[in-house]
Amino acid sequence: MSSTQQAIGFGRPLADSRTWRPHWYGGIRGSERSWAIAFLVPYVAVFLGFVVYPVGYGIWLGSEPELYVQLFEDPRYLTTVLNTLLLVGVGVNLKMFLAFLLSGFFIQPGRWIKALLVLYMLPWALPALPAYLSLHWMLIGYGGFLNSALETLFGIDGPIWFNSYWLAIGANILAYIWKWMPFWTLVFLAGRMAIPEEIYEAAAVDGATGLRRFTFVTFPLLANLYLISTLLSTLWTVGDFTAAYFVSSGAPALQTEMLATFGFRVAFDNGYPRLGVASVMTALPLLIPLAILLMRRVQATEVQL
Amino acid sequence: MSATLTAGRPMRKSRYRGRRLLTRTAAALLGVVLTIWTIIPVYNMLLIALSEEGDEFTGTVWPSDPSFESFRVIWTEGYWYLENFWHQFGNSCIIGLATMVLTVLVGSLASFAMGRMRLRKARLIGDLSLLTYAVPASFLVIPFTRLMHIYGLVDNLWSVIAAEVTFATPYAILIFHQYGKLIPLELDDAARVDGATPFQVYWRIYLPLMAPALAVVATFALLLAWNEYLYQYLLLSSRRSMTVAVAIDQFFDSDEAPWNYMMAVALVYSLPPIAVYYALRRYMVAGLTMGGVK
Repeated sequence: MSSTQQAIGFGRPLADSRTWRPHWYGGIRGSERSWAIAFLVPYVAVFLGFVVYPVGYGIWLGSEPELYVQLFEDPRYLTTVLNTLLLVGVGVNLKMFLAFLLSGFFIQPGRWIKALLVLYMLPWALPALPAYLSLHWMLIGYGGFLNSALETLFGIDGPIWFNSYWLAIGANILAYIWKWMPFWTLVFLAGRMAIPEEIYEAAAVDGATGLRRFTFVTFPLLANLYLISTLLSTLWTVGDFTAAYFVSSGAPALQTEMLATFGFRVAFDNGYPRLGVASVMTALPLLIPLAILLMRRVQATEVQL
Repeated sequence: MSATLTAGRPMRKSRYRGRRLLTRTAAALLGVVLTIWTIIPVYNMLLIALSEEGDEFTGTVWPSDPSFESFRVIWTEGYWYLENFWHQFGNSCIIGLATMVLTVLVGSLASFAMGRMRLRKARLIGDLSLLTYAVPASFLVIPFTRLMHIYGLVDNLWSVIAAEVTFATPYAILIFHQYGKLIPLELDDAARVDGATPFQVYWRIYLPLMAPALAVVATFALLLAWNEYLYQYLLLSSRRSMTVAVAIDQFFDSDEAPWNYMMAVALVYSLPPIAVYYALRRYMVAGLTMGGVK
């Protein structure tokens, strides 16, 4: 906080001002306060109408204990949870790690690297649905592009990808990485660009170059950004629907479903909306602590991210 | 002394040069790998779109006889699945643009009140907004759909816009709030001394200075709406109100659908966000800096 602000007493109200203002009054008064409230009204309305209300409704829908008994008895549910954990554990972390490394590649000077970045961002700008459908058709066994290419280039008979659990789930995870890695590379690239050159120069004087520069300068400065990004991405990915639904479509035999597609199928195809809600509710004990951790990390940082 | 120096130099130089050659080769190799990795699914779309009906999966890796028939059919809406294609395309555009504008507006208003108006409890709203992500969009879809029945908004584009804005705004607030810290509060104070109302400060000072962050959030919101499928599928069912994403999926569900048309539709559908991304790209990196490391 700048000295001017502190001198005027903005931000944190001075102790003596508390004596005559009610605690909820905030640091501002009169029309100023009405403006601030007016500015907040649209978001508060969105939050109450489309987050709080549906969440409360969802909790009410999924509140019967029998639903959870029914759920845990379903062997598919367990596979689904494992798949989702695999996507988050492997997919998110591999993606973030590669994006972080690639941001180091893209920050290098050079015209062709700038041009490559433009191309590399294409998957982010490409809508998920057509991209995933293309990947689906690329991987179908006979006549799919990948197997045709393998045949033409190397004379290998490719596998029938969606007949094997590991190949199918691997395809989902790779498709997910393909789609989302560029966005996070851009975030990390922006983070790296914000590191002033002087810091590197000072570090170079102290002998930190190459790998040591990375371990002792770049990474510590970006660690918080990395953590916040990974948390955000985890929260976004647990509910990922499109990758599993369009790339493998659950093949083979609904073994590669994720929580979101499982809940969707149970609720709409099988017609048990309450069970569908209950199945996705079971992820909340994992997600709420992550969201709170994210909130804390964002609060803790004054200038980073 | 001088002898060792002259002896050492050429060796070190050649070693340095060798190392640089190695890094350059590695970088070039990485560039090739990244290009192939990025381009293949897109190339595959093009390959299928340029095939004749029934020839999509003949095992060729090169369009030996490219046909633009599928693009012509889309243009003229000449296939029964594509009857309302341009109308549906318009729907997608309306949803995308409305999500973009509303997210930027709602998010920037909230973060202005939070970050620059010293309303003490306002920070709490920013924190709460992040809790939205504790419940992923696809999890909320069942209660959300039921609610839209109650609100009477089913089969109405606004129901989808509401959903997209709901899930884009927390990230928008996060970015705006972090980026806003880069703009000195003294600017606001100076304007206030000159008699500007808070809205004028917001409109004339805050928004123009936030341009890079606005570009990031706008692109993010548009892509969110364009990537999203589940809500559009569940909330928009009639042929006139459905979006391209839902229409593409109809192809996927039917067995005898012409895949070349589907991939051509997918390519056409991909164009607007690509155009918007490349138009706003210049501001992007600056906007994502989010306060940077100081």
